[in-house]
Amino acid sequence: MTTLTLRGWLLAEVPRSKGQARCQRVFISWLAFKRNPVAVIGLLIIASLVMVALLAPWLTSTEALELNLAKRLQPPGGEHWFGTDELGRDILDRIIWGSRITLYIVGLVSIIVVPIGLVIGVVAGYIGGWVDNFLMRLTDIFLAFPRLILAMALVAALGPGLENAVLAIALTTWSPFARIARAEALTIRNSDFILAARMQGVSTAGILTRHVAPLCMSSVIVRLTLDMAGIILTAAGLGFLGLGAQPPTPEWGAMISLGRQYLIDQWWVPTMPGIAILVVSLGFNLLGDGLRDVFDPKSGGNQ
Amino acid sequence: MRASSVLKAAGPGRALPSKLVKASGVIVSLILTFVGLTAVTFTIGRVMPADPVLAIVGDRASQEVYDQVFLQLGLDKPIYVQYLKYLGQLLQGDLGTSIMTAQPVAEDILRFFPATMELATVATLLGVFVGIPMGVLAAVKQGRWPDHVVRVIGLIGYSAPIFWLGMVALLVFYARLDWVAGPGRLDVFYDGIVDPVSGILLLDAALAGEWDIFDNALDHLILPASILGTFALAYIARMTRSFMLDQLGQEYILTARVKGIPEWQVIWRHAFRNVLVQLITIIGLTYASLLEGSVLTETIFSWPGIGLYITKSLFNNDMNAVLGGTIVVGVCFVGINMLSDLLYKLVDPRVR
Amino acid sequence: MMDAALLRVEELHVSYNTPTGLVQAVKGVSFELGREKLGIVGESGSGKSQTGRAILGLTAPGGEVRARRIEFEGTDLLHADRRTMRHIRGAGISMIMQDPKYSLNPVMTVGKQIEEAFLVHSKDSKREAYRRTLEMLRAVKIREPDRVYRAYPHEVSGGMGQRIMIAMMMIPEPSIIIADEPTSALDVTVQLQVLAVLDDMISERGMGLIFISHDLNLIASFCDRILIMYGGQVMEECNAAELHRARHPYTRGLLDCLPRLGGSQHELSVLRRDPAWLETRGETS
Repeated sequence: MTTLTLRGWLLAEVPRSKGQARCQRVFISWLAFKRNPVAVIGLLIIASLVMVALLAPWLTSTEALELNLAKRLQPPGGEHWFGTDELGRDILDRIIWGSRITLYIVGLVSIIVVPIGLVIGVVAGYIGGWVDNFLMRLTDIFLAFPRLILAMALVAALGPGLENAVLAIALTTWSPFARIARAEALTIRNSDFILAARMQGVSTAGILTRHVAPLCMSSVIVRLTLDMAGIILTAAGLGFLGLGAQPPTPEWGAMISLGRQYLIDQWWVPTMPGIAILVVSLGFNLLGDGLRDVFDPKSGGNQ
Repeated sequence: MRASSVLKAAGPGRALPSKLVKASGVIVSLILTFVGLTAVTFTIGRVMPADPVLAIVGDRASQEVYDQVFLQLGLDKPIYVQYLKYLGQLLQGDLGTSIMTAQPVAEDILRFFPATMELATVATLLGVFVGIPMGVLAAVKQGRWPDHVVRVIGLIGYSAPIFWLGMVALLVFYARLDWVAGPGRLDVFYDGIVDPVSGILLLDAALAGEWDIFDNALDHLILPASILGTFALAYIARMTRSFMLDQLGQEYILTARVKGIPEWQVIWRHAFRNVLVQLITIIGLTYASLLEGSVLTETIFSWPGIGLYITKSLFNNDMNAVLGGTIVVGVCFVGINMLSDLLYKLVDPRVR
Repeated sequence: MMDAALLRVEELHVSYNTPTGLVQAVKGVSFELGREKLGIVGESGSGKSQTGRAILGLTAPGGEVRARRIEFEGTDLLHADRRTMRHIRGAGISMIMQDPKYSLNPVMTVGKQIEEAFLVHSKDSKREAYRRTLEMLRAVKIREPDRVYRAYPHEVSGGMGQRIMIAMMMIPEPSIIIADEPTSALDVTVQLQVLAVLDDMISERGMGLIFISHDLNLIASFCDRILIMYGGQVMEECNAAELHRARHPYTRGLLDCLPRLGGSQHELSVLRRDPAWLETRGETS
């Protein structure tokens, strides 16, 4: 009975309070999201990634970085589900620890990219004029760059390493966010409630931070989720080329790179971390697709 | 790029002046992009390393050599003078000299580029001819199993790390099944027989009438092109699906159905013709990104293209070569996108 | 005016399954149509457009159509196979949509689109199709049919676009035309032109017309008979000439909120809706 009334409260045609309205929005989005099995799978994958990263110390029996030359290159089996690598380390354990690095990269890139993109886009879209022109030209220039190669050149100059790889990826990733935020800001700018806020004497900065930016967030988040896979793949590519995280860090791309020479005879060494990358970036893509269907049905959703 | 915005742009009163304005706008943005690109490569090459001279001479060089290089690089001059000089050199096609090959970088790139082009072209063709029908099928059967299958295939192609996919493919199709030839462009046995006229081996072999070599080259090409093509296919199928869904929801589709037109004609003659116009830009984008995406594929398949060249230079600390390659790929990237944009404007009656 | 019915609709229901639950767009609508002009009037969301689409079997995906009977010239449309349905669309029943800006294919010339409508239902040659198309363009009062034939939809005005739409839907000579808000997207002056063209062609060819609109005035002056819809149900049915004698409170409400020239200057009344109207009819099937 309680669930029934809760549902009724969540679907009431006229919300009684701000809080109820907000809960309703989330709930209705969730109902649409739930109908999309593909998106739910994506959410499950990402949720398990986060769980695995959090629980890494309890999930792994051996210390992942510990060498054990007596047990090197053992095939997958009961003791080592994914086999062992050239230094006798359990591959599954290393992948589990590696999930933290993946999340670290993804998180760090997002923290850098979203604010930059949001600020540039919102300011350009809301203020307009030459500011808009200048900022969008800048964005276009970065948008026109080939991402991986630029990241490679940057890392080559800065020196290989995880942080530099993140920086390089961030520098080549922010531009689409600025574009999206600008497009949203442009439509919001002319709406009546902004005019109302302005007439009440809210400052430009206030309007930007309290009204425009929050409304851009949903499209930015959808785009971010869709971009996550790209970020992970670029990071793994840099790691594979030896430009990202350095061994013995269990970064998945670097693991594939090290295992490459064992491909023919001990296939599991480079294959397992690749599957991990595939699954996680698939998860983000599925989730992003689903979120887009819910928040932006126009662009090819279930409508 | 959406139909509604395009519709407004085309009024009856479009005369020559507005076209001139548009053209000059394109040229200005092209120049700006080029300046931006070179500014970034310049920054990476000359400003960012703590000491660009050390990066060139190494830390065991004598003070004399060091000073000489310092002056040669013009590092005593202000930064903007250095940049302008750099720009001048670039415009003359001077990308500096490679440390690794001891030859001008521009010449190296000319030698390596056709291999990349060959790979990217075949991959794009694969993506176009498989991806588009897949995308259309998915959109038409939206929400039913063909849609889910295409979506999942597309997403896997989209999500798989390309270097890993290449390795697994080599393991399965070359090492285990022996269906295709291994890394490289040709068996050693055939190397250097055909004159590199265009640099594109399939073309050169066919022109010379060396069909054995053609076969062998194809044998080597098929796997890396398929791997690279997987990404193209995934992207194109996905975009086709989404464009197609968008078009199928438009009113004119309802009009066509009201007229009693058979469903396959509604799909291909009405919806798809509108999608095709949009796809031109996407195909251009795919081709451009494959030129870049070939970096990792070429590394796996020892494919002597520009990607391999850049990677190898990177490990030899050959910054001139790395930055030269970056600029060339960047210019191609921008150029192709610009070109497909132009082509789109030629094909779409609304912006013509 | 009413001879044998061309179209019989009995107890039509259309419902959509949405994330927030089942939405019933049409709830038990019944009517008959002869060679006459039938107006369906209602507010947005009253189910009037859904009724039109359901007759053609073109309900959007996710929608479910149930009815006791939908019959067109003796053919059961509810159980017709795809081929029959396709044959009826265009050649039997056709539909004119609201806005030519969206309802014409943007990358196909006007002429090709009209020709296509003809060729789908005829074995005539392309040359004949071309001739008929120009004739049709002339019939809808387009002055330079040759030029318009080669034009793309974005190159013509809204009023001309809608006349092109009429030409396209009339060329296979259907018996029934459904016009779904055909003039709502047009300027007032152009509206009358388009209506005149539509009127001419309907009476000339003796077709049946279902005219769907939210504009009671327009419907009352243009149609013979009126169906008033609210909340997916028919509230009242009456002859256009006898509209002022309508009894249902909803119809009266609609009439009262129309401004009248020369009438008393007191405030216009606001439409009052009563959920009880929907409950009285209830679900029958």
